Amino acid sequence: MGAFLRRRFLAVIPLVLLTTSLVFSLVLLLPGDPAVALVGLENVTEERLAAIRERMGLNRPLYVQYGLWLARAARGDLGTSLRTGQPVIEALRDRLPVTLGLAIAATAFGLLLGFPLAVGAASKRGGFMGGCASGIAAFGVAVPNFWLGSMLVLALALHLRWLPATGYASPLEAPWDGLRHAILPTLTLGASAVAEITRQLRSALQDTLNTDYVRTARAKGIAERGVIWKHALRNALIPMITVSGLTISRLVGATVVVESIFALPGLGLLNLESVLTRDFPMLQGAVLVMVLIVIAVNLVSDIVYGWVDPRIRLS
Amino acid sequence: MAGSIPASAFPEVLRAARRFGRSRTASAGACFLVALLGAAALAPIVGRWDPLRQNLSDALAAPSEHHLLGTDDLGRDVLSRLLYGARLSLAAACLAVAIAALSGIPVGLVAGYTGGRLDDLLMRLVDAVQAFPALVLAMAIAAALGPGLGNVMVAVGVVYMPRFARLVRGQTLALREELFVEGARAAGASHGRILLRHILPNVSAPIIVQVSVSIAFALLAETSLSFLGIGIKPPTPSWGADVGRGYRFMRLAPWLVFMPGLAILLTTLAFNFLGDGLRDALDPKHARKEDSS
Repeated sequence: MGAFLRRRFLAVIPLVLLTTSLVFSLVLLLPGDPAVALVGLENVTEERLAAIRERMGLNRPLYVQYGLWLARAARGDLGTSLRTGQPVIEALRDRLPVTLGLAIAATAFGLLLGFPLAVGAASKRGGFMGGCASGIAAFGVAVPNFWLGSMLVLALALHLRWLPATGYASPLEAPWDGLRHAILPTLTLGASAVAEITRQLRSALQDTLNTDYVRTARAKGIAERGVIWKHALRNALIPMITVSGLTISRLVGATVVVESIFALPGLGLLNLESVLTRDFPMLQGAVLVMVLIVIAVNLVSDIVYGWVDPRIRLS
Repeated sequence: MAGSIPASAFPEVLRAARRFGRSRTASAGACFLVALLGAAALAPIVGRWDPLRQNLSDALAAPSEHHLLGTDDLGRDVLSRLLYGARLSLAAACLAVAIAALSGIPVGLVAGYTGGRLDDLLMRLVDAVQAFPALVLAMAIAAALGPGLGNVMVAVGVVYMPRFARLVRGQTLALREELFVEGARAAGASHGRILLRHILPNVSAPIIVQVSVSIAFALLAETSLSFLGIGIKPPTPSWGADVGRGYRFMRLAPWLVFMPGLAILLTTLAFNFLGDGLRDALDPKHARKEDSS
């Protein structure tokens, strides 16, 4: 396991370097002077621009600029927002828990609904559950989440008045209010997770149910429920570790839309605000954190996969 | 001759078409897309109204004989905007996928064929692009390049490039050891010729499937960006932007959100069904199983 861990961690280093260099390069795509983009047109004076160029090393070769930016980022200095003047790292620290909470809640919802649907559909092919699972999986993958969110707001908040349409309440400070505010965003974001988990688990379980050891278990007279829950599901669940990791990564990206619909003060909304106001230091910071979350989640799921399945860590 | 379809390939094409026709969902998806493309092409006739024509006295009118899907806050006909919006949204999604395919396929071919360090380097770059959440990367690129339809298409194309690169690399890795490639090499064919005339035609089936599925994802990405105000700008009709504008009047006029959103959902479903059907029809393993049954 030690060699496997070392291999996985070593593989992450070039990936982090490449992704951070891409995040850094975003400023280079800008037309005109990057220093102007980094301080904004409103505050621009020749002295200020010269100071920014000097401080950020914009007069130096690109690889030096990247090295300086990376070194500052590693120390937690991602610059200050052009819009609010707030240090980027502080804004990220405030917004991160909202996005992580939402992504985790949506994944949990996906597992909670996708799991029984997939098991039901795989154990009785072509039945009612199979039809439901296929329908939900097709719908969840195809539905635009901004539309699903709008429809849920219309039905459950504006017409029935069961839930608040927008806003955020911390579940730690006001648990009941926090829960009510979290339901619609979780349903909106979780729809695609339900679809993905149902599709993948159903397929993995169907494959496992056709293996020799499951046939042997059936031949020994074990009841179908025991065959599925005690024998088949254990092996079918292994690929779900990777699927869950990929699902969380995908959901982190989708939070941009969901947070903007429900006015949730998370990283996704911060990302959108930074794009619309061309607040590049903030945009770089928000994108960087999202990418690092994705890399970390994938690393953890790889390690857990290797820990559960020795074939992976020995290959 | 490699690169052109031999006469014996036609029965195989017919068999694939028959397999495709057997799938009800794939056929329904294909029929829906043909109808949608026809309606979009005939938008000036089917739509009856100019999608940009404002009539404030008719603002937020419910669906009626005059306006089959109602009007928006500026009195513009929703059906006409849907039909004209279909042209732009579909064209944007297709062009984005074309950018993704045209950049991803050469990367995958070269990486898979050469192997070694170049393969490692190209695949690490692809991994790096894939580590970005798709919508976040598209937003960041669109923000850097500036708003506008062209930049959004480039952004979405970059985001989906790795899918094509990975797919083609995997197929090329398997094909480069095949006898027909060895034969071409022994006959003195150049690397470029081997890639373009011998390997590329053999990876075209999975590419076709990937194109269909990617158009669905690109449509979702483009409409999401337009919904957020980064993609196609008003007053140009666009499904995503129209949902975003209608959101403000949702309580008074729910059709403003419902109709364009439903159009996106059905079109995405249709492309996914089409992709599934094409996969089943073109996948030789699946085909053999079906034919023997």
